Amino acid sequence: MPVIEVKNLSKIFGKNVKDSLKMLDQGKKKDEILDKTGDTVGVNRASFEVEAGEVFVIMGLSGSGKSTLIRLINRLIEPTEGSVMVDGEDLAQMDKDNLRRVRREKLSMVFQNFGLFPFRTILENAEYGLEVQGMDKSERAEKAKKALDLVGLGSYIDQYPRQLSGGMQQRVGLARALANDPEVLLMDEAFSALDPLIRKDMQDELLDLQQTMKKTIIFITHDLDEALRIGDRIALMKDGSIVQIGTPEDILTNPANDYVERFVEDVDRSKVLTAEHIMVRPETINIEKHGPRVALERMGEEALSSIYVVDSNRQLKGYVTADDASEARKKEIKDLKEILKTDVPKVKRDTPMQEIIAIVYNTPVPIAVVDDGKLVGIIIRGSVLAAIAGEGEVNTDV
Amino acid sequence: MFDFIPEIPLSDWVDELVDWIVETFAFIFNPLKNEFGDFIEWVAEMLGAIPPIIIMVIVVIGAFFITGKRFGLAAFALVGLLLIQNQDLWTEMMSTFTLVLISSLLSVMVGVPVGILMSKSKVAEQIILPILDFMQTMPAFVYLIPAVAFFSIGMVPGIFASLIFATPPTVRFTNLGIRQVSQELKEAAEAFGSTGAQKLFKLELPMAKGTIMAGINQTVMLALSMVVIASMIGAPGLGNPVVSALQRSQAGAGFVAGISIVILAIIMDRFTQNIYKKEE
Repeated sequence: MPVIEVKNLSKIFGKNVKDSLKMLDQGKKKDEILDKTGDTVGVNRASFEVEAGEVFVIMGLSGSGKSTLIRLINRLIEPTEGSVMVDGEDLAQMDKDNLRRVRREKLSMVFQNFGLFPFRTILENAEYGLEVQGMDKSERAEKAKKALDLVGLGSYIDQYPRQLSGGMQQRVGLARALANDPEVLLMDEAFSALDPLIRKDMQDELLDLQQTMKKTIIFITHDLDEALRIGDRIALMKDGSIVQIGTPEDILTNPANDYVERFVEDVDRSKVLTAEHIMVRPETINIEKHGPRVALERMGEEALSSIYVVDSNRQLKGYVTADDASEARKKEIKDLKEILKTDVPKVKRDTPMQEIIAIVYNTPVPIAVVDDGKLVGIIIRGSVLAAIAGEGEVNTDV
Repeated sequence: MFDFIPEIPLSDWVDELVDWIVETFAFIFNPLKNEFGDFIEWVAEMLGAIPPIIIMVIVVIGAFFITGKRFGLAAFALVGLLLIQNQDLWTEMMSTFTLVLISSLLSVMVGVPVGILMSKSKVAEQIILPILDFMQTMPAFVYLIPAVAFFSIGMVPGIFASLIFATPPTVRFTNLGIRQVSQELKEAAEAFGSTGAQKLFKLELPMAKGTIMAGINQTVMLALSMVVIASMIGAPGLGNPVVSALQRSQAGAGFVAGISIVILAIIMDRFTQNIYKKEE
């Protein structure tokens, strides 16, 4: 059962909400509605589910409605229409007391500019969520300390936020959110205010923490690289609507429309794509059946300078080059084993392209992609380059 | 030119309104005048009973520490207070101080809650802002007239007039201070399930403290100027020698009383300023 279930969630800012909703029903665009009614469509009929333990990234450019959407989930902004089910309870219909209870117990939020109270110490900041619940001092201090230890700030508890660097401040923000032991973490551009190196560290740290915490995380970002790095699934937003939901690979390899395609154009694919996305079907010969003559013929047909050799179970044995094969034919050698080379560059299906790039330049033969010793594909320089350029030659039917 | 429009009897209406208020609310004004008047007099007597030397020591030491262990204000306070004592204006100075203290405290007690209300409600803000403008731009003397009607002469009408004249800065700055708290911090307080009161006391008021103190500083200064003017309706204090010097055209006596007011004003201003600077 999903932890969070958002259905037809909409937010319209303005005074003619009814008219605007009607226009949305008629499929009118955000701009038209602004012209006619003066209302701004914040979020348009967003629906998605987030499973327990999942990192769900909502990504879009500024003005796409992603920040509004995350605030609709904990009702910092009142929804115009639709429902937000958290553990089967509809937040959108809740009275104030229940809403407060859910915010205290189930949803914690991490903010872009950290949202720390400058007049409180680190410990007092981390305690805040517990303090408003009325927990007594020693108990909440203990829990807050644990959370601060978790993010590596256990020794800073008596300092004030301004004494800490941006990255450390956001750790405090994270600790404050974790101290409540919520089911769901809402992270609003949590790392966007940090400089790139720190941001990457924080992403890694979040993923590390997530390994043990297994929280449900909804993460907002405008940075596609970040989304691809940490997201189990990504929802792409434009003009208040979700245009595509899918795994990082889905988004990259099967963009739902032109917008998504253009969006992912500039992404550093080498960080996301793996060997299986760019490998191609290999030409092979069977060591048990074929000799140098067949090898030469195959290579001639395909204009190759080398060919991979497998056995009947498609286990990779090595490769032979065209030069060696023609030598062997002259010398009338029948057995492939004598000219077989075994210094094969091998990668696995999930080897990231970044590593492949390093290998592909130093090897005269295509890289073999192996799975349990079986040759499943090969990677040639051309397909690596094509994938980096984003020119669609990637393998989508894996 | 506009003779065809008869003169509107605005002043008569206000007179009637004031009379009506006096009669209708006599049951409030009379006990206020008596009980509250007694209370103020008691406070004034208690403060007046403290020997000047003790007050000087307290003020000088306080000035030293409140300015971050610097001697400037402490030295000024010492010389200034000695001068007031030397000119035989100590009693008047203490009366003025008592009136300022009490009317400022009242202004803060009224002003901060009103400021909070304003910051929370746009409607309240729109109603209260013009009233504050009115209260501050009306010449201060004018408040003395109904004050006398309500409370006759003495300390109480002085405090009443000062309350009207000096409260607006505290209201304005409280409103401003709370509205200045960043949206993200307010969201953070709400996202963790704060109640309205928790948000106010755990976030907004602590954040607004510096701004509110700046407003209180202004309130104290306005209260001081009003209390001096209130001498015209019989409030005791440093205003009295000024008024009588004016009537008798004694430039010297007027200057001495005036300089005493300046000394008191500077000490009170620096004290309240440094309190909020220290907080920041």
